[in-house]
Amino acid sequence: MLRGQRKRPLEWLVERAIYGISLSAILGVFLIFIFVAREALPIVLGQATSASTTTTIPVEALDTTSADVLKKYLGLSAQQFDSLDREAKVELMTLKLQTAKGASKDKDTAVNTLRWRYLLLPYQWSGYEKPELIWQPVSSIHKYNIVPLLIGTLKATLVALLFAVPLSLLAAIYVSQLSSPRAKEWLKPGIELLAGIPSVVLGFFALLIMASFFQSVFGYESRLNAFVAGIALGFAIIPVTFSIAEDALTSVPRSYVQGALALGSTRWQAAWKIVLPAAIPGVFAAVVLGCGRAIGETMVVLMASGNASIVSGSLFDSTRTITATIAAELAETVFGEHHYRMLFLLGAILFALTFLSNWLAEIFIRRLKRQLEGKA
Amino acid sequence: MSTLSSAPNEAASTASFQKKRVDIPSAIGAGVTLSATILILLILGVILGNILWNGLPGLSFRFVFSGANRDMFDVEKAGILPMVVGTASRVILMSLFVIPVGVITAIYLSEYAKPTSATTRFIRSAVNNLAGVPSIVFGLFGMGFFIHFAGGSLDRFFHSDSAEPVWNKPGILWASLTLAVMTLPLVIVATEESLKAIAPGLREASLALGATKLETVQKVVLPQALPGIMTGGILAVSRAGGEVAPILFTGAAYYMAHYPQSLTDQFMDLGYHAFVLSTQSPNVDQTRPILFATVLTLLLLTFTLNLVAIVIRARIRRGMRAAH
Repeated sequence: MLRGQRKRPLEWLVERAIYGISLSAILGVFLIFIFVAREALPIVLGQATSASTTTTIPVEALDTTSADVLKKYLGLSAQQFDSLDREAKVELMTLKLQTAKGASKDKDTAVNTLRWRYLLLPYQWSGYEKPELIWQPVSSIHKYNIVPLLIGTLKATLVALLFAVPLSLLAAIYVSQLSSPRAKEWLKPGIELLAGIPSVVLGFFALLIMASFFQSVFGYESRLNAFVAGIALGFAIIPVTFSIAEDALTSVPRSYVQGALALGSTRWQAAWKIVLPAAIPGVFAAVVLGCGRAIGETMVVLMASGNASIVSGSLFDSTRTITATIAAELAETVFGEHHYRMLFLLGAILFALTFLSNWLAEIFIRRLKRQLEGKA
Repeated sequence: MSTLSSAPNEAASTASFQKKRVDIPSAIGAGVTLSATILILLILGVILGNILWNGLPGLSFRFVFSGANRDMFDVEKAGILPMVVGTASRVILMSLFVIPVGVITAIYLSEYAKPTSATTRFIRSAVNNLAGVPSIVFGLFGMGFFIHFAGGSLDRFFHSDSAEPVWNKPGILWASLTLAVMTLPLVIVATEESLKAIAPGLREASLALGATKLETVQKVVLPQALPGIMTGGILAVSRAGGEVAPILFTGAAYYMAHYPQSLTDQFMDLGYHAFVLSTQSPNVDQTRPILFATVLTLLLLTFTLNLVAIVIRARIRRGMRAAH
C-alpha cells in the first residue's frame, strides 16, 4: 500500500464492506450445495422410507388413542386435526383402514423403495415378468429407479456432443486461424449470438418445427425423442464450445504460425498440425464444459424429448432426462415428502456432475497455460 | 480463400513460386472449416427467420398491449401484456440485487485483491462454478433456500398468527433473488473485463496526485468502466429474461387475474407462457399464431438486449487493445 498516507476510518469501513460483499459468490455456491444436499440427505443416508406402515388402528379405538398418535397416523397437522369433528375423523380412519387393506395384498408395499439397491439395480416388481428398471414415482408403489433417467440424459447429451463438438471446433479453427481479422470481428459475435436465444425458444423450435421435419426425413416412429432433443441441445452448446475453443486456439502464440509459414507450410497446415495440437487442452476444456451444459439444460429436453422414462438403446425412442424429471414433477410433490427429496437428490447429482466438469475444465485450461508459457 | 498466407517479407520470393501450387488437403481443410462456420450461422438464421416469418403476422399492437384472457388459448382475444409486465418486473427486481453485488465483487477482484492470494482464487473458482450450475438446480435452490428456509423463517417470526403462508410460498421476490444468484457470474465477469481495459496509467496518475485508493476507484475507475458494467447488466437481464427453469417453482403462475401487487405475489411470465402454449394447447394448429407471436415477443426482448451488449463489448475490447 501507499506509504505516508493514513487511511480514514470511513474508507477502511467501505473497503471492508467491499471485501465482505465480494465473498457473496462463494456464499452462493456454498448455500446451493447445502440446501440442495440437505433435502436429499435422508435418502443418501438411508434414513427415509417409502414403505407404508402396516400397523392400523381400528375405528373403535378413536377415543382411547392419544391425539398425538392419531395425528401422526392420519398424517394431519395440529390445526387440521383440531378443525375436524369426530365424524370426519371416523370417516378418515375407515378410509385409512380400507386403503391399508387394499394395499397390503401387494407384497411391494412393505418395500422401502428409497434404498440404494432399488434406486440403482433392476427389481422384479409384482405383476412384472422380469426384473426391470422403473422410474414411476406417482403410483401406489413409488418406484424410484434412477437408471432410466441417467440413460436418458446420457443419450441426449451424446447426440448433442456428436453434433455440436465437431461443428464448433471446425468453426473455431476457421474463425481463429484462417479468416481475415475483419471477418473475425463479425463471425465471432455472430456465432455467439446463438447463446442469446433462450432455451425455451430452442425447445419450442425443436417441438414445433424440427420434430416434424426430422420425422418426415428419417421416418422414425416417435415424433419426440432423444435425437431431436439432442440436436436442439447441440444448438444450445455450440456457442459454449465454440467460444472456449476459439479462445484456446487464439491464445497460441503467433510465433508458432509464423514459424510454420516461414518453413513453407500453408495456413491450413499450420492451423491443423501446429496450432491445434498446441491448444488441445483448451479444446478438451471446451468439450467438457459443453458436456456439463448439455447435462444441465432443462427446457429443451423437457419440451422435445418426449419424457417417457423407458430404458432403450435407440436414439429414436422417447426419453426422459434428469433435468426434465425435476422440472415436470417438483410442482406435484409435497414439501418434505420422499418424492420431493428424491428430486432434490437428482438435483444434487446434477450439481455434482457440473462441479466435476468445471473442475476438469479448469485443470485442462491450467495445463494449456502452462504448456504455452513453458514453450514460448 | 487462398491457401497461402501473407507470408513475411523475407519469404516473399518463395511465396511467389508457392502460389502456383495449390495444396489440395489444405484447400479441403479450409473449405470444411468454412462450411462449418457457415452452417452454424445458417442454423441461427433459420431459427430466427422461421420465428420472425411465422410470428410477425400474429404480432399486433392489440396482442402485446391487451390483458390476458381467462381462456389464454383464444386466438382472437388473447393478449400478453401481463406476461410482459411480469417478466419485466422480475428482471428489474433482479437487477437491483445482482448489479450492485456483482460490480462490487468485480471491483474487489480487479482493484484490491492480490491475484495469487487464496481468497482470490477461491472467489474465482466459485464464480466459475456458479456459472456452470444448471438452471433447474437454481430452481431447486430457490425452493429449498428462499421459499422454505427464508420464507418459512419470516413466516414463523412475523406472521405466526396467520393461517395462510405469507412468505413461505412462490412469489416474485423469491424468483428475482434466485435469478440474481444465477446471473451473478455474468455481471462479475463483464465488469471485471471492463475494469481491466482501463489503462493502469490513469490509476497511477490519480494515486500520484494524492487521491486515496477508494477515491481513485470511485472517481476515476468506475466512470471509465460504466459501459462494461452496462454490458454485464444487459447480459444478465437478457439471460434472465429468457430463463424459465429457475422460476417454474419459485414464482411463475399459469394464470393470474391481476398484476402482481406485492413482493409476495406470483406473476405471469413470457417464457413460461410460451412453454404453456406450446405444450398444453388443446389445439396446436389453431393456437399456432399466438404461440409464434409470444415466442417472437420474447425473442425480440432478449435478443435485442443481447445484441446491444455484444456491440458495447466489442467496443470495449477494441478500447482495451488500444490501452495496452
